[in-house]
Amino acid sequence: MRKCEVRDLGRIGFTEAFELQRELVAQRKQGLIPDQFLFAEHPHTITLGRNGKLANLRASAAALRSAGIAFVETDRGGDITYHGPGQVVGYPILDLKEWKRDVVAYVRALEQMQMDALADFGIAAGRLSGCTGVWVEGWKIGAIGVHISRWVTSHGFALNVKTELDYFRYIVPCGLSRPVTSMAALGVRAEIEEVQERLAVHFGRVFECEILKPELERVV
Amino acid sequence: MTDVVMPQMGESIVEGTLTKWLKKAGERVERDEPLFEISTDKVDTEIPAPAAGTLAEVLIGEGTTVAINTVVARIDENGAAVVAAKVGETPAPPPPSPPPAAEEPVGPLSPLVRRMAREHNVDLARMRGTGTGGRITKQDLEAYLAQRAATPAPPPPAPPPPVEARVPVPPPRAEQAKVRFEPMSVMRQKIAEHMVLSKRTSAHVTTVHRVDMTRVARMRDKHKDDFQARYGMSLTYLPFVARAAAEALRAYPIVNASVEGTNIVHHNEINIGIAVALENGLIVPVIRNADEKTVVGLQRAIVDLAARARSRQLKPDEVHGGTFSITNFGSFGSIFATPVINQPQVAILGVGLVEKAPVIVDDAIAIRWQCYIALTFDHRLIDGALGDQFTGKVKSVLENWSEEVL
Repeated sequence: MRKCEVRDLGRIGFTEAFELQRELVAQRKQGLIPDQFLFAEHPHTITLGRNGKLANLRASAAALRSAGIAFVETDRGGDITYHGPGQVVGYPILDLKEWKRDVVAYVRALEQMQMDALADFGIAAGRLSGCTGVWVEGWKIGAIGVHISRWVTSHGFALNVKTELDYFRYIVPCGLSRPVTSMAALGVRAEIEEVQERLAVHFGRVFECEILKPELERVV
Repeated sequence: MTDVVMPQMGESIVEGTLTKWLKKAGERVERDEPLFEISTDKVDTEIPAPAAGTLAEVLIGEGTTVAINTVVARIDENGAAVVAAKVGETPAPPPPSPPPAAEEPVGPLSPLVRRMAREHNVDLARMRGTGTGGRITKQDLEAYLAQRAATPAPPPPAPPPPVEARVPVPPPRAEQAKVRFEPMSVMRQKIAEHMVLSKRTSAHVTTVHRVDMTRVARMRDKHKDDFQARYGMSLTYLPFVARAAAEALRAYPIVNASVEGTNIVHHNEINIGIAVALENGLIVPVIRNADEKTVVGLQRAIVDLAARARSRQLKPDEVHGGTFSITNFGSFGSIFATPVINQPQVAILGVGLVEKAPVIVDDAIAIRWQCYIALTFDHRLIDGALGDQFTGKVKSVLENWSEEVL
């Protein structure tokens, strides 16, 4: 069975996490490391995908600055999105050559693992035809944006656990004028760590890999 | 000529949108070097060049959606042949890896590499990359910097023709380098992360008390042979200190707490982590309910956990759930040190070398067994006075040791 190392980066800046991903992608391409699945929680950040339209940003740069929101243009797919505290961000760095050489299957799998994890908390989430992401009755709860280079993935997904949804007002999420929700807004009280734990389990199942957690968590 | 086609990125995919050309027509490309980007359903993909050569024709513009297998560009391989021939004519020793010298840095550079190059004032055009298509990677840059550092005077930058410029600067190979790069092990990365996290999280303050260990030393001397005979292990000072710490934790339970956000988490169990040095790192296995154990029980637990830590046979729950930690740097000869708190705990006790020293007892100079104990505490939660009361309690238990060991 293929192996995948899960790491929690904790609270980390978007750019910092991105640099780390670049490093790991380079190492993954050279076969120096197994697949990786990184978790992160970002401070308030609005990111624009490669195909994003600035028109979907509803605030000026000055307004974002004064609200304490960083703005970053990235090389992932998808449009504009918001990251912030209370949101589980997942960055799988997988060599799809060892799974399926199929980007659509990959995106569907990212949706599936989020749907399965949400089901563990009693939330029935599904897909919305033509709108990649994870949806609960027309409300978006999980967003996806991926970059692939030589079949190695980076970027990933963002699932709203207890995200402050007000921040989405600064953007038209993914360029869609559909509302955004979170687990908390749906009445489910869950901690980031619990959600990460379920996501890791379903990730292992969906991608048919063995999840390795670094066994040392407490060291002096 | 090689046709470059829109690739099929999945079974059900019939078309793709070309979002960005990473090379311009007429530019040189290496095989496998990223050539353009396509977008399919929230996924951006870099497509590598199928062959080396000159990007002769760009047939599809950015933003255009085309069916898979549509020819989007053509690469002229002869362009590559011409360059290769030129390189072949130069008398320079053939470079170990193929990418021919380029006037400009080859391929897109990561922001990290650009930044490093700027900071170190490196002319990337003079470097040869080992990444895809001769791309300059961080490793290349690090190796280059290492070599540059090793060379006393940087060779004067020879004027224009880059092919000639390479001749007086033969790439010094690894054996001349004064440094060696090694990726950190997972454990090392974990330790690094944890240390920095701790320093960033807690307000570290260290207080040091001097402890007269004479009574403990006598107790240990009295029992050590019996102990060795009965349990097959030597009796050290560490279980005495752990016992004293457990008693002090009972007296000052806040030192046994942890911080979560703006909450203080009080732990009803006293679980003491003992830092164990490994060959290439360290680990802190935990003695659960340490306050319920005798010196014998503590010594056995310490020896058992340390042995299994070194043979990597600890179970996951044996390295979790500690509420306080002890580190015994004295065993390496240190008199005292300022340990780093093991998050999310709020204090760690360091034990220095136990040695004979002259001290004043009743206005006379006496020879006593002395030791410094250092408590690093999180000043967010523990005030200085409390830190010293706790450490004073440890000291007083050790100095007035009366409990029999066997």
